[in-house]
Amino acid sequence: MKRFTLVQLLSVISLLLALCSPAFSDSLDPFKGEKGVLKISGGTAHIPVMKEAAQRIMTLNPAIQITIAGGGSGVGIKQVGEGLVDIGNSGRKATDEEIDRYQLKLYQWAIDGVAPVVNPQNQVKALTKNQLLDIFSGKLDNWKNLGGIDRKINVYTRDEASGTREVFWDKGLKKGQITTGAHVVASNGAMKSAIGQDPYGIGYVSIGHIDETVAPVALDGIVPTTETVVKGTYPVARGLYSNTKGEPVGLTKKFIDFLYTADGKKIIEKHGFIPAQ
Amino acid sequence: MKKWRELVAERIFFLSALATCSITVVILGFMVFMALPLMREGGFFPLLLKPWSPFQGSFGIYPMIVGTGAISLLSLMFAFPLSLGCSFLIATIAPKPVSRSFRRVIELMTGIPTVIYGFVGIFLLVPIIRELFQQGSGLCILTAALVLGIMITPTMTLFFCDSFDRIPRSYLDAAEALGASPTQKLLYVILPSAKKGMLNGVILAMGRAVGDTLIALMLAGNAIRVPESVLEPARTLTAHIALVIAADYESPEFRSIFTCGVVLYLFTMAITLLVRSAGFAEGRKP
Repeated sequence: MKRFTLVQLLSVISLLLALCSPAFSDSLDPFKGEKGVLKISGGTAHIPVMKEAAQRIMTLNPAIQITIAGGGSGVGIKQVGEGLVDIGNSGRKATDEEIDRYQLKLYQWAIDGVAPVVNPQNQVKALTKNQLLDIFSGKLDNWKNLGGIDRKINVYTRDEASGTREVFWDKGLKKGQITTGAHVVASNGAMKSAIGQDPYGIGYVSIGHIDETVAPVALDGIVPTTETVVKGTYPVARGLYSNTKGEPVGLTKKFIDFLYTADGKKIIEKHGFIPAQ
Repeated sequence: MKKWRELVAERIFFLSALATCSITVVILGFMVFMALPLMREGGFFPLLLKPWSPFQGSFGIYPMIVGTGAISLLSLMFAFPLSLGCSFLIATIAPKPVSRSFRRVIELMTGIPTVIYGFVGIFLLVPIIRELFQQGSGLCILTAALVLGIMITPTMTLFFCDSFDRIPRSYLDAAEALGASPTQKLLYVILPSAKKGMLNGVILAMGRAVGDTLIALMLAGNAIRVPESVLEPARTLTAHIALVIAADYESPEFRSIFTCGVVLYLFTMAITLLVRSAGFAEGRKP
């Protein structure tokens, strides 16, 4: 009996190995035998995906060195255009003028949606855009006025370097003011746990972060989900781009191609983005 | 031979002492140097009094200075009586075995990482404060100060205990012989003669309270408005640095956090000097 279970165990393990290992080596195969340095800078929202992709590649092949820096979308476009980096990330589509000047090639590999969220206990689960504006500017400061309970609204926002904040501020709040009394948290995860704890709070997270601990708020009747973002009906979304100067070659091309493989898409999804089709 | 060895040892100790001292000074110099561009643009003092609104080009840190001051002072107010009581119990009132085990527990408490206090604060204290006062989110100055107060209590208690232990036995015996009650002994013998050691404890605890980042970041709410009550969220200088450090290196936001560093440095230094000089002045009196 004991022998039998051991055999079973071994066969399960070998089956798993047989199933899993080719999947990994397939996507990472092109990097075998490569060497060199790949410099990436720009959009801060991209960094988690970039980091994990770089880690996988560098673990497989230590001869490849990938450096990742932030700086923001503008910096990413400028640096790649001037040849300082190989890939410049941006959280917005480069303008026609920029594409012209630097002969940029744009690769949109993901869509990022940002949704306002409240505690699941909150009665208010739908707002108009103007109500959202008034809440975040501090003009509307009681849930009572929105059909909820008589408690002050606790507004949560993100730090200035946050890409999530930028999208939400730009497209959700139309660059309106965010009250100085707003609580500030340092990450999507921290935002989720803060709203999950506070029945009177409202904040915003990347759509990939929404689970049962926080409830998304419908904006003008449209519930923010991966589907509505894909369809384009939910407006607070943007593409995540990687830009290169001219046609990418060598390691740069392989890195961008990796983002479109099954493993690349898995990494993108894991970090709360929607992989581009 | 022995002398030569001694000389080497002396030199090594001297060098390490010198390195430690100079690092402190070099760090201050580095922070001032990095903050210079912004200081030159707007001057140092306006920066201290302006609000923080980076999108309007204002990089003042006044709200954070207020936040740091409020949270650390309030936490000290919670921690001081608590530590005094604990240390008095350990040093004089409790029987030997009880005070021994008590002391072990408190020594253990000093080793608990701040993030643990932060977690406990978020899940236990925040909802209580929120529902107790029926106001705000529970992430506020009061919550942060309470947790911070509990965090610095063990350090302070141990310092107090040590300075109580250093009081000559004969003083206590004399007081006892005169028929002093434990309270009288505390007020008229122990406290006056342990003052200096206690001062050190308070300074060290204050330093920890001012310098702690995680508890304020997790519990104080980090709002950039100047708080009007202890139930409002506020941001400390340390939390501010932690939040802004993600900005890119060339931005004025990033530059401005060096000003925070300078202020924080001067803040703790000023407190230390102030309390020390007060202590010395007291000590010189006949």
